[in-house]
Amino acid sequence: MHHFKTKLSVVALLLSTANFLPVSTAFAADMELSLVIKNHMFEPAELKVPANQRIKLNIQNLDKTVEEFESHSMKKEKVIPAGGKAVIFLGPLKPGSYEFIGEFNPKTAKGLVIAE
Amino acid sequence: MFGAGIIVFRETLEAALFVGIIAASTRGLVNRTHSLSVGVALGALGSLMMASAMGHISEWANGIGQEIVNASILSIALAMLAWHCIWVSNNSQRMVQEAKQIGKATSQGIQTLWALTIVVALSVLREGAETVLFVSGLMAGSTMAIAELISSAVAGVALGIFAGWLVYAGLGFIKTSRLFQITNILILLLAGSLASQIAKTANQADWISVFSEQAWDISDLIPSKSMTAMVMHGVFGFDVSPTQLQVIFYLSAICLIWIAARQIKLNRHHQLVLTS
Repeated sequence: MHHFKTKLSVVALLLSTANFLPVSTAFAADMELSLVIKNHMFEPAELKVPANQRIKLNIQNLDKTVEEFESHSMKKEKVIPAGGKAVIFLGPLKPGSYEFIGEFNPKTAKGLVIAE
Repeated sequence: MFGAGIIVFRETLEAALFVGIIAASTRGLVNRTHSLSVGVALGALGSLMMASAMGHISEWANGIGQEIVNASILSIALAMLAWHCIWVSNNSQRMVQEAKQIGKATSQGIQTLWALTIVVALSVLREGAETVLFVSGLMAGSTMAIAELISSAVAGVALGIFAGWLVYAGLGFIKTSRLFQITNILILLLAGSLASQIAKTANQADWISVFSEQAWDISDLIPSKSMTAMVMHGVFGFDVSPTQLQVIFYLSAICLIWIAARQIKLNRHHQLVLTS
Protein backbone atom coordinates (compact mmCIF):
# COMPACT_ATOMS: atom_id res chain seq x y z
CA MET A 1 0.00 0.00 0.00
CA HIS A 2 2.82 2.39 0.94
CA HIS A 3 4.53 1.63 -2.28
CA PHE A 4 1.46 2.68 -4.19
CA LYS A 5 0.94 5.81 -2.21
CA THR A 6 4.42 6.85 -3.29
CA LYS A 7 3.62 5.99 -6.87
CA LEU A 8 0.43 7.97 -6.65
CA SER A 9 2.12 11.04 -5.34
CA VAL A 10 4.64 10.81 -8.16
CA VAL A 11 1.80 10.72 -10.68
CA ALA A 12 0.12 13.67 -8.98
CA LEU A 13 3.38 15.59 -8.94
CA LEU A 14 4.00 14.90 -12.63
CA LEU A 15 0.49 16.02 -13.49
CA SER A 16 0.90 19.24 -11.60
CA THR A 17 4.38 20.15 -12.80
CA ALA A 18 3.89 19.14 -16.43
CA ASN A 19 1.96 22.36 -16.99
CA PHE A 20 4.92 24.52 -16.25
CA LEU A 21 7.27 23.06 -18.80
CA PRO A 22 7.81 25.57 -21.58
CA VAL A 23 7.58 23.28 -24.59
CA SER A 24 7.45 25.92 -27.27
CA THR A 25 9.25 29.00 -26.06
CA ALA A 26 12.54 27.95 -27.60
CA PHE A 27 11.15 28.43 -31.10
CA ALA A 28 11.37 31.58 -33.19
CA ALA A 29 10.01 34.79 -31.74
CA ASP A 30 6.24 35.07 -31.90
CA MET A 31 4.43 37.66 -33.90
CA GLU A 32 3.06 40.36 -31.62
CA LEU A 33 -0.24 42.19 -31.95
CA SER A 34 -2.02 44.76 -29.80
CA LEU A 35 -5.65 45.03 -28.87
CA VAL A 36 -7.29 47.78 -26.85
CA ILE A 37 -10.56 47.69 -24.93
CA LYS A 38 -12.24 51.10 -24.88
CA ASN A 39 -15.88 51.96 -24.09
CA HIS A 40 -16.61 48.21 -23.92
CA MET A 41 -15.41 47.72 -27.48
CA PHE A 42 -12.34 46.15 -29.04
CA GLU A 43 -9.97 48.24 -31.14
CA PRO A 44 -9.32 47.06 -33.75
CA ALA A 45 -12.37 44.84 -33.97
CA GLU A 46 -10.73 42.83 -36.71
CA LEU A 47 -7.27 41.35 -36.39
CA LYS A 48 -5.62 39.94 -39.50
CA VAL A 49 -3.00 37.34 -38.62
CA PRO A 50 -0.89 34.91 -40.62
CA ALA A 51 -2.24 31.35 -40.49
CA ASN A 52 -0.26 28.51 -38.92
CA GLN A 53 1.79 30.79 -36.73
CA ARG A 54 1.97 31.45 -33.02
CA ILE A 55 0.79 34.96 -32.10
CA LYS A 56 1.31 36.94 -28.93
CA LEU A 57 -1.65 39.20 -28.28
CA ASN A 58 -1.15 42.13 -25.90
CA ILE A 59 -4.45 43.40 -24.58
CA GLN A 60 -4.91 46.66 -22.77
CA ASN A 61 -8.12 47.59 -20.99
CA LEU A 62 -8.61 51.37 -20.96
CA ASP A 63 -12.03 51.13 -19.33
CA LYS A 64 -12.70 51.57 -15.66
CA THR A 65 -14.47 48.20 -15.55
CA VAL A 66 -13.08 44.69 -15.71
CA GLU A 67 -13.50 42.67 -18.90
CA GLU A 68 -13.07 39.02 -19.81
CA PHE A 69 -11.59 38.17 -23.18
CA GLU A 70 -13.27 35.01 -24.36
CA SER A 71 -13.17 32.95 -27.52
CA HIS A 72 -14.78 29.56 -27.81
CA SER A 73 -13.33 28.84 -31.23
CA MET A 74 -9.80 29.72 -30.10
CA LYS A 75 -10.27 28.31 -26.57
CA LYS A 76 -9.26 31.44 -24.69
CA GLU A 77 -10.60 32.94 -21.51
CA LYS A 78 -8.86 35.63 -19.53
CA VAL A 79 -9.81 38.43 -17.17
CA ILE A 80 -8.45 41.86 -18.13
CA PRO A 81 -8.60 44.07 -15.01
CA ALA A 82 -9.87 47.64 -15.18
CA GLY A 83 -7.04 49.77 -16.56
CA GLY A 84 -4.89 46.63 -16.77
CA LYS A 85 -2.96 44.62 -19.31
CA ALA A 86 -2.82 40.97 -20.22
CA VAL A 87 -1.03 38.68 -22.63
CA ILE A 88 -2.69 35.83 -24.51
CA PHE A 89 -1.02 33.45 -26.92
CA LEU A 90 -3.02 32.43 -29.99
CA GLY A 91 -2.63 29.82 -32.69
CA PRO A 92 -1.20 28.36 -34.74
CA LEU A 93 -4.57 28.88 -36.47
CA LYS A 94 -5.83 27.26 -39.63
CA PRO A 95 -7.00 29.79 -42.26
CA GLY A 96 -10.43 31.07 -41.28
CA SER A 97 -12.16 33.53 -38.99
CA TYR A 98 -12.42 33.18 -35.23
CA GLU A 99 -14.80 35.18 -33.07
CA PHE A 100 -13.96 36.64 -29.69
CA ILE A 101 -16.06 38.64 -27.27
CA GLY A 102 -15.85 40.56 -24.04
CA GLU A 103 -17.81 38.17 -21.90
CA PHE A 104 -18.88 40.91 -19.48
CA ASN A 105 -20.15 43.21 -22.27
CA PRO A 106 -21.10 40.74 -24.99
CA LYS A 107 -23.40 43.14 -26.84
CA THR A 108 -20.74 45.70 -27.68
CA ALA A 109 -17.41 43.97 -27.17
CA LYS A 110 -17.13 41.78 -30.28
CA GLY A 111 -14.19 41.02 -32.47
CA LEU A 112 -12.82 38.73 -35.14
CA VAL A 113 -9.42 37.17 -35.75
CA ILE A 114 -8.90 36.44 -39.44
CA ALA A 115 -6.15 33.97 -40.15
CA GLU A 116 -4.83 34.02 -43.73
CA MET B 1 -30.50 43.61 -16.47
CA PHE B 2 -31.44 40.20 -17.76
CA GLY B 3 -28.00 39.87 -19.32
CA ALA B 4 -26.24 40.39 -16.01
CA GLY B 5 -28.27 37.63 -14.37
CA ILE B 6 -27.51 35.25 -17.22
CA ILE B 7 -23.77 35.87 -16.97
CA VAL B 8 -23.86 35.24 -13.21
CA PHE B 9 -25.92 32.10 -13.81
CA ARG B 10 -23.36 30.81 -16.30
CA GLU B 11 -20.48 31.35 -13.89
CA THR B 12 -22.38 29.75 -11.02
CA LEU B 13 -23.65 26.76 -12.99
CA GLU B 14 -20.33 25.02 -13.48
CA ALA B 15 -19.35 25.17 -9.82
CA ALA B 16 -22.88 24.19 -8.76
CA LEU B 17 -22.92 21.10 -11.00
CA PHE B 18 -19.51 20.19 -9.65
CA VAL B 19 -20.61 20.49 -6.02
CA GLY B 20 -23.87 18.67 -6.84
CA ILE B 21 -21.98 15.64 -8.12
CA ILE B 22 -19.56 15.63 -5.18
CA ALA B 23 -22.50 15.91 -2.75
CA ALA B 24 -24.30 13.01 -4.44
CA SER B 25 -21.15 10.90 -4.27
CA THR B 26 -20.94 11.35 -0.50
CA ARG B 27 -24.63 10.92 0.27
CA GLY B 28 -25.21 9.33 3.66
CA LEU B 29 -21.63 9.72 4.86
CA VAL B 30 -21.06 11.06 8.35
CA ASN B 31 -19.80 14.67 8.44
CA ARG B 32 -20.09 15.17 4.72
CA THR B 33 -22.59 18.07 4.83
CA HIS B 34 -20.31 19.87 7.25
CA SER B 35 -17.22 19.19 5.15
CA LEU B 36 -18.79 20.30 1.88
CA SER B 37 -20.31 23.43 3.46
CA VAL B 38 -16.90 24.40 4.80
CA GLY B 39 -15.57 23.92 1.28
CA VAL B 40 -18.19 26.21 -0.25
CA ALA B 41 -17.65 28.86 2.44
CA LEU B 42 -13.87 28.79 2.02
CA GLY B 43 -14.31 29.03 -1.74
CA ALA B 44 -16.62 32.03 -1.43
CA LEU B 45 -14.22 33.78 0.92
CA GLY B 46 -11.32 32.97 -1.40
CA SER B 47 -13.29 34.39 -4.35
CA LEU B 48 -13.49 37.79 -2.68
CA MET B 49 -9.78 37.74 -1.92
CA MET B 50 -8.78 36.55 -5.36
CA ALA B 51 -11.03 39.10 -7.08
CA SER B 52 -9.48 41.94 -5.12
CA ALA B 53 -5.97 40.71 -5.92
CA MET B 54 -6.69 40.09 -9.62
CA GLY B 55 -5.03 43.33 -10.71
CA HIS B 56 -1.74 42.21 -9.13
CA ILE B 57 -2.07 38.58 -10.16
CA SER B 58 -2.52 39.60 -13.80
CA GLU B 59 0.80 41.41 -13.85
CA TRP B 60 2.89 38.57 -12.44
CA ALA B 61 5.29 36.73 -14.70
CA ASN B 62 5.00 39.11 -17.67
CA GLY B 63 1.23 38.96 -17.79
CA ILE B 64 0.57 35.27 -17.28
CA GLY B 65 0.00 35.34 -13.52
CA GLN B 66 -3.64 34.34 -13.96
CA GLU B 67 -2.62 31.22 -15.82
CA ILE B 68 -0.13 30.29 -13.09
CA VAL B 69 -2.82 30.66 -10.43
CA ASN B 70 -5.43 28.82 -12.49
CA ALA B 71 -3.10 25.97 -13.40
CA SER B 72 -2.14 25.58 -9.73
CA ILE B 73 -5.77 25.53 -8.61
CA LEU B 74 -6.70 23.03 -11.32
CA SER B 75 -3.71 20.79 -10.61
CA ILE B 76 -4.36 20.61 -6.87
CA ALA B 77 -8.05 19.90 -7.49
CA LEU B 78 -7.12 17.22 -10.02
CA ALA B 79 -4.69 15.52 -7.61
CA MET B 80 -7.32 15.52 -4.84
CA LEU B 81 -10.06 14.17 -7.12
CA ALA B 82 -7.73 11.49 -8.46
CA TRP B 83 -6.86 10.33 -4.98
CA HIS B 84 -10.50 10.30 -3.89
CA CYS B 85 -11.56 8.42 -7.00
CA ILE B 86 -8.90 5.75 -6.50
CA TRP B 87 -9.69 5.43 -2.79
CA VAL B 88 -13.42 5.01 -3.38
CA SER B 89 -12.97 2.45 -6.12
CA ASN B 90 -11.04 0.34 -3.61
CA ASN B 91 -13.45 0.83 -0.72
CA SER B 92 -16.87 1.14 -2.33
CA GLN B 93 -17.98 -2.34 -1.29
CA ARG B 94 -17.28 -1.66 2.35
CA MET B 95 -18.94 1.78 2.10
CA VAL B 96 -22.08 0.21 0.63
CA GLN B 97 -22.18 -2.43 3.39
CA GLU B 98 -21.88 0.19 6.10
CA ALA B 99 -24.46 2.44 4.51
CA LYS B 100 -26.89 -0.48 4.27
CA GLN B 101 -26.31 -1.77 7.79
CA ILE B 102 -26.53 1.41 9.80
CA GLY B 103 -28.02 3.80 7.28
CA LYS B 104 -24.80 5.75 7.35
CA ALA B 105 -21.20 5.07 6.58
CA THR B 106 -19.10 5.76 9.66
CA SER B 107 -16.52 8.49 9.92
CA GLN B 108 -14.09 5.79 8.85
CA GLY B 109 -16.36 5.39 5.85
CA ILE B 110 -14.47 7.85 3.80
CA GLN B 111 -10.97 8.99 4.50
CA THR B 112 -10.79 11.42 1.62
CA LEU B 113 -13.51 13.77 2.83
CA TRP B 114 -11.03 16.57 3.57
CA ALA B 115 -9.73 16.23 0.02
CA LEU B 116 -13.26 16.86 -1.21
CA THR B 117 -13.50 19.93 1.00
CA ILE B 118 -10.48 21.31 -0.86
CA VAL B 119 -11.85 20.30 -4.26
CA VAL B 120 -15.17 22.03 -3.56
CA ALA B 121 -13.43 25.15 -2.25
CA LEU B 122 -11.23 25.36 -5.34
CA SER B 123 -14.12 24.91 -7.74
CA VAL B 124 -16.14 27.64 -6.02
CA LEU B 125 -13.04 29.84 -5.95
CA ARG B 126 -12.40 29.58 -9.68
CA GLU B 127 -15.90 30.46 -10.81
CA GLY B 128 -16.63 32.73 -7.84
CA ALA B 129 -13.74 35.12 -8.37
CA GLU B 130 -14.92 35.86 -11.92
CA THR B 131 -18.47 36.42 -10.70
CA VAL B 132 -17.30 38.82 -8.00
CA LEU B 133 -15.22 40.75 -10.53
CA PHE B 134 -18.11 40.96 -12.95
CA VAL B 135 -20.68 42.12 -10.40
CA SER B 136 -18.34 44.61 -8.72
CA GLY B 137 -17.37 45.94 -12.14
CA LEU B 138 -21.02 46.51 -13.00
CA MET B 139 -21.58 48.26 -9.69
CA ALA B 140 -18.67 50.60 -10.34
CA GLY B 141 -19.35 51.49 -13.92
CA SER B 142 -22.91 50.93 -14.89
CA THR B 143 -26.01 52.99 -15.17
CA MET B 144 -27.99 50.10 -13.74
CA ALA B 145 -29.67 50.64 -10.39
CA ILE B 146 -27.76 48.84 -7.63
CA ALA B 147 -30.89 47.13 -6.29
CA GLU B 148 -31.78 45.87 -9.74
CA LEU B 149 -28.23 44.67 -10.26
CA ILE B 150 -28.07 42.81 -6.96
CA SER B 151 -31.44 41.16 -7.48
CA SER B 152 -30.49 39.90 -10.93
CA ALA B 153 -27.15 38.64 -9.62
CA VAL B 154 -28.87 36.84 -6.74
CA ALA B 155 -31.38 35.34 -9.19
CA GLY B 156 -28.49 34.12 -11.35
CA VAL B 157 -26.71 32.49 -8.41
CA ALA B 158 -29.98 30.94 -7.15
CA LEU B 159 -30.79 29.49 -10.57
CA GLY B 160 -27.27 28.06 -10.85
CA ILE B 161 -27.52 26.44 -7.43
CA PHE B 162 -30.95 25.07 -8.35
CA ALA B 163 -29.44 23.36 -11.41
CA GLY B 164 -26.75 21.84 -9.18
CA TRP B 165 -29.43 20.63 -6.80
CA LEU B 166 -31.36 19.06 -9.71
CA VAL B 167 -28.32 16.98 -10.60
CA TYR B 168 -27.87 16.05 -6.93
CA ALA B 169 -31.54 15.06 -6.57
CA GLY B 170 -31.45 13.16 -9.86
CA LEU B 171 -28.49 11.10 -8.71
CA GLY B 172 -30.45 10.41 -5.51
CA PHE B 173 -32.63 7.94 -7.40
CA ILE B 174 -29.69 5.59 -7.72
CA LYS B 175 -29.79 2.60 -5.36
CA THR B 176 -27.26 2.65 -2.53
CA SER B 177 -25.59 -0.48 -3.86
CA ARG B 178 -24.76 1.28 -7.14
CA LEU B 179 -24.41 4.87 -5.90
CA PHE B 180 -20.67 4.96 -5.20
CA GLN B 181 -19.85 3.15 -8.42
CA ILE B 182 -21.85 5.49 -10.63
CA THR B 183 -20.89 8.74 -8.93
CA ASN B 184 -17.27 7.61 -9.00
CA ILE B 185 -17.46 7.39 -12.79
CA LEU B 186 -18.79 10.97 -12.85
CA ILE B 187 -15.93 12.03 -10.59
CA LEU B 188 -13.49 10.34 -12.95
CA LEU B 189 -14.96 12.41 -15.79
CA LEU B 190 -14.70 15.58 -13.69
CA ALA B 191 -11.02 14.80 -13.19
CA GLY B 192 -10.70 14.50 -16.97
CA SER B 193 -12.43 17.84 -17.32
CA LEU B 194 -9.95 19.49 -14.94
CA ALA B 195 -7.06 18.03 -16.95
CA SER B 196 -8.61 19.40 -20.14
CA GLN B 197 -8.83 22.87 -18.59
CA ILE B 198 -5.18 22.59 -17.55
CA ALA B 199 -4.36 21.95 -21.21
CA LYS B 200 -6.34 25.04 -22.23
CA THR B 201 -4.53 27.17 -19.65
CA ALA B 202 -1.12 25.79 -20.65
CA ASN B 203 -1.75 26.70 -24.26
CA GLN B 204 -3.01 30.19 -23.47
CA ALA B 205 0.12 30.90 -21.41
CA ASP B 206 2.42 29.45 -24.08
CA TRP B 207 3.77 26.64 -21.89
CA ILE B 208 2.61 24.13 -24.47
CA SER B 209 1.90 25.23 -28.01
CA VAL B 210 1.71 21.88 -29.76
CA PHE B 211 -1.61 20.19 -30.59
CA SER B 212 -3.37 23.54 -30.39
CA GLU B 213 -5.70 22.82 -33.33
CA GLN B 214 -9.34 21.98 -32.79
CA ALA B 215 -9.98 18.26 -32.42
CA TRP B 216 -13.62 18.76 -33.43
CA ASP B 217 -16.17 21.54 -33.54
CA ILE B 218 -19.85 20.77 -33.20
CA SER B 219 -20.77 24.26 -31.97
CA ASP B 220 -23.02 24.69 -35.04
CA LEU B 221 -25.03 21.75 -33.73
CA ILE B 222 -24.82 22.61 -30.04
CA PRO B 223 -23.95 26.30 -29.50
CA SER B 224 -21.26 26.62 -26.85
CA LYS B 225 -23.36 28.99 -24.74
CA SER B 226 -26.44 26.77 -24.85
CA MET B 227 -27.79 25.07 -21.75
CA THR B 228 -27.10 21.64 -23.29
CA ALA B 229 -23.45 22.47 -23.93
CA MET B 230 -22.96 23.92 -20.45
CA VAL B 231 -24.55 20.95 -18.69
CA MET B 232 -22.61 18.44 -20.80
CA HIS B 233 -19.44 20.31 -19.94
CA GLY B 234 -20.31 20.60 -16.25
CA VAL B 235 -21.33 16.97 -15.78
CA PHE B 236 -19.25 14.98 -18.27
CA GLY B 237 -16.48 17.44 -19.08
CA PHE B 238 -17.59 17.26 -22.71
CA ASP B 239 -16.45 20.23 -24.77
CA VAL B 240 -18.15 21.12 -28.07
CA SER B 241 -14.92 22.45 -29.59
CA PRO B 242 -11.82 21.27 -27.73
CA THR B 243 -8.23 21.49 -28.91
CA GLN B 244 -6.32 18.30 -29.58
CA LEU B 245 -4.25 18.93 -26.46
CA GLN B 246 -7.39 19.14 -24.32
CA VAL B 247 -8.59 15.78 -25.62
CA ILE B 248 -5.17 14.23 -24.97
CA PHE B 249 -5.12 15.57 -21.39
CA TYR B 250 -8.74 14.51 -20.75
CA LEU B 251 -8.17 10.94 -21.89
CA SER B 252 -4.73 10.63 -20.25
CA ALA B 253 -6.01 11.73 -16.85
CA ILE B 254 -8.92 9.29 -17.00
CA CYS B 255 -6.70 6.40 -18.13
CA LEU B 256 -4.00 7.11 -15.53
CA ILE B 257 -6.49 7.26 -12.67
CA TRP B 258 -8.29 4.16 -13.88
CA ILE B 259 -5.06 2.19 -14.24
CA ALA B 260 -3.84 3.30 -10.80
CA ALA B 261 -7.13 2.26 -9.18
CA ARG B 262 -7.03 -1.12 -10.90
CA GLN B 263 -3.40 -1.75 -9.98
CA ILE B 264 -4.07 -1.08 -6.32
CA LYS B 265 -7.10 -3.34 -6.40
CA LEU B 266 -5.12 -6.15 -8.00
CA ASN B 267 -2.30 -5.72 -5.56
CA ARG B 268 -4.60 -5.82 -2.56
CA HIS B 269 -6.28 -8.92 -3.91
CA HIS B 270 -2.86 -10.47 -4.39
CA GLN B 271 -1.89 -9.69 -0.79
CA LEU B 272 -5.14 -11.17 0.51
CA VAL B 273 -4.52 -14.36 -1.41
CA LEU B 274 -0.99 -14.56 -0.05
CA THR B 275 -1.97 -14.05 3.58
CA SER B 276 -4.89 -16.48 3.56
